[in-house]
Amino acid sequence: MTYTQADKNRLRWRSRRGLLELDIVFEQFLEYDFDLLSPADLDVYQDLLMLPDIDLLELVDGKAETTDKRLAPILERLRHWQVVKTQ
Amino acid sequence: MVNVAKRQFDAVIVGAGGAGMRAALQLSEAGIKTAVLSKVFPTRSHTVAAQGGISAALGNVQEDKWEWHMYDTVKGSDWLGDQDAIEFMCKTAPEAIIELEHFGMPFDRVDSGRIYQRPFGGHTANFGEKPVQRACAAADRTGHALLHTLYQRNVRANTQFFVEWMALDLIRDADGDVVGVTALEMETGEVYIIHAKAVLFATGGAGRIYAASTNAFINTGDGIGMSARAGIPLEDMEFWQFHPTGVAGAGVLITEGVRGEGGILLNANGERFMERYAPTLKDLAPRDFVSRCMALEVLEGRGAGKNKDHVLLKLDHLGPEVINHRLPSIREIAIKFAGVDPIKEPIPVIPTCHYQMGGIPTNYKGEVMVPKGGEPEVRVNGFYAAGECACASVHGANRLGTNSLLDLVVFGKSAGDSMIDFIKRERPVHKPLPANAADFSLSRIARLDAQTGGEEVAQVRTAIQTVIQSRAGVFRNSANMALGVTEIKAVAERVKHTQTKDKSKVWNTARMEALETDNLIEVAMATMISAENRKESRGAHSHDDFTKRDDENWMKHTLFYSEGSRIDYKPVHTKPLTVDYIPPKERTF
Ligand SMILES: Cc1cc2nc3c(=O)[nH]c(=O)nc-3n(C[C@H](O)[C@H](O)[C@H](O)COP(=O)(O)OP(=O)(O)OC[C@H]3O[C@@H](n4cnc5c(N)ncnc54)[C@H](O)[C@@H]3O)c2cc1C
Repeated sequence: MTYTQADKNRLRWRSRRGLLELDIVFEQFLEYDFDLLSPADLDVYQDLLMLPDIDLLELVDGKAETTDKRLAPILERLRHWQVVKTQ
Repeated sequence: MVNVAKRQFDAVIVGAGGAGMRAALQLSEAGIKTAVLSKVFPTRSHTVAAQGGISAALGNVQEDKWEWHMYDTVKGSDWLGDQDAIEFMCKTAPEAIIELEHFGMPFDRVDSGRIYQRPFGGHTANFGEKPVQRACAAADRTGHALLHTLYQRNVRANTQFFVEWMALDLIRDADGDVVGVTALEMETGEVYIIHAKAVLFATGGAGRIYAASTNAFINTGDGIGMSARAGIPLEDMEFWQFHPTGVAGAGVLITEGVRGEGGILLNANGERFMERYAPTLKDLAPRDFVSRCMALEVLEGRGAGKNKDHVLLKLDHLGPEVINHRLPSIREIAIKFAGVDPIKEPIPVIPTCHYQMGGIPTNYKGEVMVPKGGEPEVRVNGFYAAGECACASVHGANRLGTNSLLDLVVFGKSAGDSMIDFIKRERPVHKPLPANAADFSLSRIARLDAQTGGEEVAQVRTAIQTVIQSRAGVFRNSANMALGVTEIKAVAERVKHTQTKDKSKVWNTARMEALETDNLIEVAMATMISAENRKESRGAHSHDDFTKRDDENWMKHTLFYSEGSRIDYKPVHTKPLTVDYIPPKERTF
């Protein structure tokens, strides 16, 4: 699908999660990477956000592998933002 | 007046965490037409983060009694908890857990098939004699399991969910009765009036007022803010629980277990400072004590790092074997959130805000109670609160681990029962809405749309967090808190002029964050001013100029009114429902 600014904002809101560990990763991702996603990437991202927080954290942490191959590249990009800039 | 769309329900619940969904289930199953509003998808509420467990004196693993659980909770609260509410919670706990089991919650079990119970700090047998296993859990996913179980049951019971709707303000009529809320549908950007016979707030905590917090970003205290703006006083907001070892800068928790395995805390000079403060227990002294010592090290200039603002948790002496085998997830957290590998380097840690003990004042039935006509506690008709946003008050000055999830289900249910009763007996038909019901909320949004020359929301939010972190942290004294009051009042002025670049209507996240910041500042003001006023040390409120608990003058609940920043007090409930009063003792460990 095509994404209007409002659609993208909806995905931004849905990137707010119930776990701080995820918020921290998504915060970086939204700031530096999200706007570079193609419409096809955004389709996948939208699906990824439907996952329960605990499962999503395990995927982002690399503790679990997904059977859905489409998610792999976006997970890779998210993992990149795991390491927080230290003071 | 602008024409605002209206929806009508018997009961409206704001918040779909454990508390909101437990209450909703009670109402829907009784055939009450119930709507639940949530900023996020219900199972993404912050309850999902709870891993430790939920307490109840089931006695499945070791002998246990609810009276012992009650004693631990009263002691934990440092005698600020209301003993009727505490009795109600502890006595009802076993039944509440069995109920969850029947709903399908996948608890861990012992061989006989009964629910397994794990040990947890502060849980004791025989009135403090020895530790007892009282925490029930669903692996390390207790909160997740609770949310999923309750959500499924609610869907079956026909609870109507309004997901991604943000409640903005409480609607009270000329009598002060609550008759609904205003809410923003994010998808359309429209403001609605939700007209109700009874409203329950279950919006969770507001841990984001601190710079260092274990809470997710959604914990902005919206229910607290809405209540404050509607003239409801806030109870005991000076009491916040801190966890000593949150990763500096990120907030993510490092469990106590790390120090149990031999991890030690160091200051910038490499000194194991806990030996100085607690020669016997050292790094394993109680949470609040360790937190205070850490804060003192930083305040006295012995903090580590460029800004000298944290201390170090050293593990490398344990060797890679122990770290990799017994603490693998801690190593992961350190690498991920602190950028250090604890096999080689210490982890920067600071005391981190974890839980809000205060909130919207209620009794054990979930009814919101406020002073009126010389009476300390008069029911606000049609208004209820449960969960972390409410103050029943069972946690008093300090919460016992695993008592919060219990609070959600016990008081969620009792609030639901009270609402059913109220709707059936006292409010068979809706009370009319006041003429100007949505004007206030609309004016807040219009202000944001028209604002020019104001400050960015993120900047003002950081200012709130900086003041609260440095002035209302674990370590408090008169001079510092007085400064905090002046500073937070100045920030409150800035909040009135926050500006968002994005003026769009639909899914405007900047606008949502600005509206959340209006709530954060109410919580921050209540916290700072209530703290400055309490001249004693009790539970989480540790005052360096008044180091002792002062039961004679201060065994009372704070009530903070947003209007005029006024402080009032009300007595602690010293009469339990059926058992004898548990008289105060010094809280020793
Ligand atoms: C890391 C961590 C671990 C914890 N572990 C434990 C534990 O093991 N045991 C224990 O007992 N306690 C634990 N706690 C505490 C406990 O998890 C919380 O106190 C509890 O889950 C709060 O539940 P709640 O139902 O009150 O609110 P939440 O679960 O926070 O839900 C709040 C709801 O309100 C909604 N909401 C908020 N504002 C609005 C608005 N303006 N409009 C619409 N909806 C709104 C949200 O969308 C959400 O649905 C832990 C806390 C943390 C941070």
